[in-house]
Amino acid sequence: MSAALFAILWIPAVAVAVLAFVESYRLGAALNVLAAGLTFVAGLSMLFAPQYRTDILIVDDFNVYLVTLTTFVAFTSSIFSASYIGHELEIGRLTPKSLRFYHALYQAMIGAMNVALVANNVGLLWVGLEVATLTTVMMVGIYRTPAAVEAAWKYFILGSVGIALAFFGTILVYLVSQEVVGEGLQAMAWDVMLQNSAKFDPKLLSLAFVFLLVGYGTKVGLAPFHAWLPDAHAEGPTPISAVLSGLLLNVALYALLRFKMMLAANPDTIDVGQVLIVLGLVSLIFAAFMLYRRRDIKRMFAYSSIEHMGIMAFAFGMGGPLANFAGLLHMTMHSLTKSAIFFAVGHIAQVKGTQRIADIKGLSVTHPVLAVGLGLGVVAIAGLPPFGVFMSEFMLVSSSFARQPLLAVVLVFGLLVAFGALILRMQDVLFGEPSGPIGGVKASYVPLFVHLAIVLVAGLWLPEPVVQWFRSVAAQLG
Amino acid sequence: MRALSFDIAHLLAGLMLVLSFLLLYQDRITAMLNVFAMQAVALSASVAWQAVIQDAPHLLVTAAIALVVKGIVIPTALHRIVRKLGIHREIEEVIGAGLTMLVGLGLVALSILLMLPVGEKVSILVREDLAFALAVILLGLLMMITRRNAVTQIVGFMSLENGLVLAASGAKGMPLVVEFSVAFSVLIAFIVFGVFVFRIRERFDSVDVSALDRFRGERGEQP
Repeated sequence: MSAALFAILWIPAVAVAVLAFVESYRLGAALNVLAAGLTFVAGLSMLFAPQYRTDILIVDDFNVYLVTLTTFVAFTSSIFSASYIGHELEIGRLTPKSLRFYHALYQAMIGAMNVALVANNVGLLWVGLEVATLTTVMMVGIYRTPAAVEAAWKYFILGSVGIALAFFGTILVYLVSQEVVGEGLQAMAWDVMLQNSAKFDPKLLSLAFVFLLVGYGTKVGLAPFHAWLPDAHAEGPTPISAVLSGLLLNVALYALLRFKMMLAANPDTIDVGQVLIVLGLVSLIFAAFMLYRRRDIKRMFAYSSIEHMGIMAFAFGMGGPLANFAGLLHMTMHSLTKSAIFFAVGHIAQVKGTQRIADIKGLSVTHPVLAVGLGLGVVAIAGLPPFGVFMSEFMLVSSSFARQPLLAVVLVFGLLVAFGALILRMQDVLFGEPSGPIGGVKASYVPLFVHLAIVLVAGLWLPEPVVQWFRSVAAQLG
Repeated sequence: MRALSFDIAHLLAGLMLVLSFLLLYQDRITAMLNVFAMQAVALSASVAWQAVIQDAPHLLVTAAIALVVKGIVIPTALHRIVRKLGIHREIEEVIGAGLTMLVGLGLVALSILLMLPVGEKVSILVREDLAFALAVILLGLLMMITRRNAVTQIVGFMSLENGLVLAASGAKGMPLVVEFSVAFSVLIAFIVFGVFVFRIRERFDSVDVSALDRFRGERGEQP
């Protein structure tokens, strides 16, 4: 096991143990940033680590980049969180005691996501996702308002059902695999399964995938399994909304893709691509229309996340080098952009004291820097050039027009509807008649603008190694 | 011996399924908790039997966990919570017991139709076990959907999870089953703890859309 792999798994674990006992919230926040920062350094160095496999863990092209992305967003979100919670403490929504809990959970979540990403054992993958879900459930309910408890409960119940179905799917996958590979740990190792999947019983494998799709699809937030997502985003602390949208949804999608690769290697199974295309388009269209009726700003961007997860599912469903490339790029760009938007929205909701869109007006006059951040974020997420999201959406649209023009029309329709909703809703927020408090902000702008800068640069120019990586993984995905 | 081991495994799994049906139409919470405890005992016996016929002693640990945690500790804790929340005398309106049972029957048929024809290479015992397990899982889901009280929803979830453990123990030589059953116990402990701390009595969801909108912060003047 390389030192970096060891570090991304153990730094969060140690941090959980330490943070659970740190009384001072300032120290706790600083340690949280420190631990997340160290994990990010380890995650970054994973890029240079050799490939590695055991029956339990695996490091390959596909997960190494996602580890880097995950640890990076977790790190920047921890910086944002440090400035966010100070204000929450002042207005009494959080107490020092609940913050201790919060910081320990934050690290537990990072650790669990890393475990899920580097797991080779499909059971361990499931455990990682389960723990990550549980920690976010508890963080969503941390304000203890009726709305927060309702959101956490709903997330809990739906998440648990997802967990349960995914577990049944995992058992079925093991059963298929042990017929060919033999009993024991290697029958649960993903890479062993992938090599042997052509010999697997196609019917049972397809059935297993259906359970996995519904189970992990619930976590991805694909319609019609999305009901927990808007509540969980709106009622929890904003740093958690940022990591939920930016990271957890990605990790769940990643799990689904691992199984999709297994099915793609077996020609007699159901066509997973078509299932993903349908789910993706349904999520996209549904979320795009839902955007119009939103009155809560965080809820609105939660629906936007459903929309974008739909786009990704569509891209991976189309398959082929170009669409997969677009899907992977979109995963990265959405993760960075959406977390940046939540950083901005978090501070905006704090200075205005509300999440209601109708009560937030004229930010460009009252809080110009936040307005620029949010404005750029919205422009990026709406898919306008020159940002990275435009690149990935453009690639996806052009490749689908070449192959499935009818589906591409649906895709473009959904994108346009969502675009209109975002522009319509955000116009007043940014440029309307100023209203509400105009007090100053103690905000940390660095994470926000760093994310936006990366998305901007990626839209203009992708470095060669990144392109190479996307290409090789896109080829693997089939 | 082969036939007998087959029959006993069937008997125990079938018992769990029958208890799932019993759970579906209980209208009193205390009675429902007792039925759930019985199901956990049946699960424990079933897993223990699998340990014997598969010659897998580690499954006995899972059986013991099922017996102690789900057969005794959690029902006892839930009995106390129910009394503290003052809902032990409450009679819960089960929405259309007859209809629910019919849907339940349909779900059992569905799981048999799904599981039996696939995977000719997998032994028939495993497949039938999985069909039973899937039926228990789906009935648990049905219970979570039709009930409104948080405690009954938890019981539905735990019954669903009983089905999962049954499936995992039936899958021959599956590694980490013990670890999974521990992980599930932790998950359930968290849920029970959560209900107690937050004193959740009712699911907030209701057909009254205005109540929903209030909780979602979306009530207000039309845009």
